[in-house]
Amino acid sequence: MSDTMRKVAIARKIARPNTKEFIEDIFDDFLEFHGDRLYADDGAVTGGIASFEGIPVTVVGIQKGHDLDENVQCNFGQPGPEGYRKALRLMKQAEKFKRPVITFINTAGAYPGIGAEERGQGEAIARNLKEMSNLKTPIISIFTGEGGSGGALALAVADTVWMLENGLFSVLSPEGFASILWRDSSRVEEAATLMKMTAKDLMKDKVVDKIFYEAKEGIENNLQYTTDQIKTALRETLPELRGLSTEGLLGRRYKRFRQYGEFTE
Amino acid sequence: MNLFGKKSYFSLDGNEDKKKNDRRKKRNEPSIPDGMWIKCNTCKSIIYKKEVTEYKLCPDCDAHFRMSPEERIAITCDEGSFTELDSNMRPMNPMRYPGYDEVIENAQKKAGIPEAVVTGHAKIDGYEVVLAIMDSHFMMGSMGSVVGEKVTRAVEYATQYRLPIIIFTTSGGARMQEGIMSLMQMAKVSAALARHDEAGLLYVTVLTDPTTGGVTASFAMLGDIILAEPKALIGFAGQRVIQGTIHQKLPEGFQRAEFQLEHGFADRIVHRTKIREELATILKLHSS
Ligand SMILES: [Zn+2]
Repeated sequence: MSDTMRKVAIARKIARPNTKEFIEDIFDDFLEFHGDRLYADDGAVTGGIASFEGIPVTVVGIQKGHDLDENVQCNFGQPGPEGYRKALRLMKQAEKFKRPVITFINTAGAYPGIGAEERGQGEAIARNLKEMSNLKTPIISIFTGEGGSGGALALAVADTVWMLENGLFSVLSPEGFASILWRDSSRVEEAATLMKMTAKDLMKDKVVDKIFYEAKEGIENNLQYTTDQIKTALRETLPELRGLSTEGLLGRRYKRFRQYGEFTE
Repeated sequence: MNLFGKKSYFSLDGNEDKKKNDRRKKRNEPSIPDGMWIKCNTCKSIIYKKEVTEYKLCPDCDAHFRMSPEERIAITCDEGSFTELDSNMRPMNPMRYPGYDEVIENAQKKAGIPEAVVTGHAKIDGYEVVLAIMDSHFMMGSMGSVVGEKVTRAVEYATQYRLPIIIFTTSGGARMQEGIMSLMQMAKVSAALARHDEAGLLYVTVLTDPTTGGVTASFAMLGDIILAEPKALIGFAGQRVIQGTIHQKLPEGFQRAEFQLEHGFADRIVHRTKIREELATILKLHSS
């Protein structure tokens, strides 16, 4: 098995710590908030307020379950439009109260369903991209597992983007890539390698700024090994971002996303 | 790749044309040279090409055929007013996708333009605007680095010169062959639009068949005013993906322009012959 395929398998492991477990481990006083105030409460997105070593923060993330019951509750970590709108509501609240936002991303992608389309999945993701690019408070995004396409990007328009050693981020799944572009689902491994979807690849492309390592015995057996690194990074980065003027912060964020793309002219 | 039921017309070649001509001959009608006939993919009528006007509508069922940016400019802008921006921009191969150069070359030959979007500034009924017009004939209008960069620059140009921007969308979504860079274009364009918005400027989208995936989930849905052409396919997830997930039949008219209007995601459905007029009215009401 190729190195990338091994990472794909690890990122999708059902035992992999989910967003609520990361939040509980890293923050204190987490209060989960519910609902998008428009239609429903999407279990695929969790979020609320918490404290990081005395600093009030807003945390939002995509939630997966460890068994079927949990996964029914959180729709296998595939948000609908109400999930993205709930995330945006919490982020706008953070802006109002000048709290930094920390997002956790682990999703195969936005849910493809009839109801999701009826309620504007595309509009919800689009709005998050636009509003996050201009949110007047620091945003830090952490990819903890899968990072599937626009449904992951909708929580990742951040000032700095971090990723776990076995995290992923790609335009679509390697399975989808092989079957659509090559009409050959047996070429998944080749697709995964070509797509450069791992933390190391993404660091080269300047999509990811920092990588956190996972314990040899598996992150599900030693979460603290990784959350200690995350805490250290937050301790350094939060004061840095909070020290910037709003103009400086937004200017930096704009530049970060403005740079992407390869072309000649 | 045909991810969406293709709603374009295409020239009939070889046998089918010959059969048609043979039938005509039998009916003692004048024979017409090859390539003069097209088939409407909506009503399946065989149409004499000259019956299709510059609006590219089916004379039998009024289906709105897919258009090239050049054709779109001709029916939208004041004559001779269009000036193209960034016409020299060309794609590279950020993911080192094998055979990408050839894919691009073929797309360029087929569509007759270097990439899937044409941008520029023009006048509509005397009002100055910035335009971005996508082309589904070029790799299904997919958005890679060039599409993202050209649209972003068009938006930035509009912000700088305090102009409205109108984007005609048609796209299968992010371009898979450019990998993560295609996905990041969604954020890049949306960020530029946020600045245009903050400057108090007008952004209109005209959604045409098909507008899906990463384009829907970024700039297509961000217009102050969202117009859509009749029956255009507009949605986020592809219909095959949805069917593969839920294993049930999709309702009639699912993800069409009328569906988007009904669910509150489009302001108006506008017949193609009326788009220029409606855009002119919108521009007039936003000029002061
Ligand atoms: Zn027809």
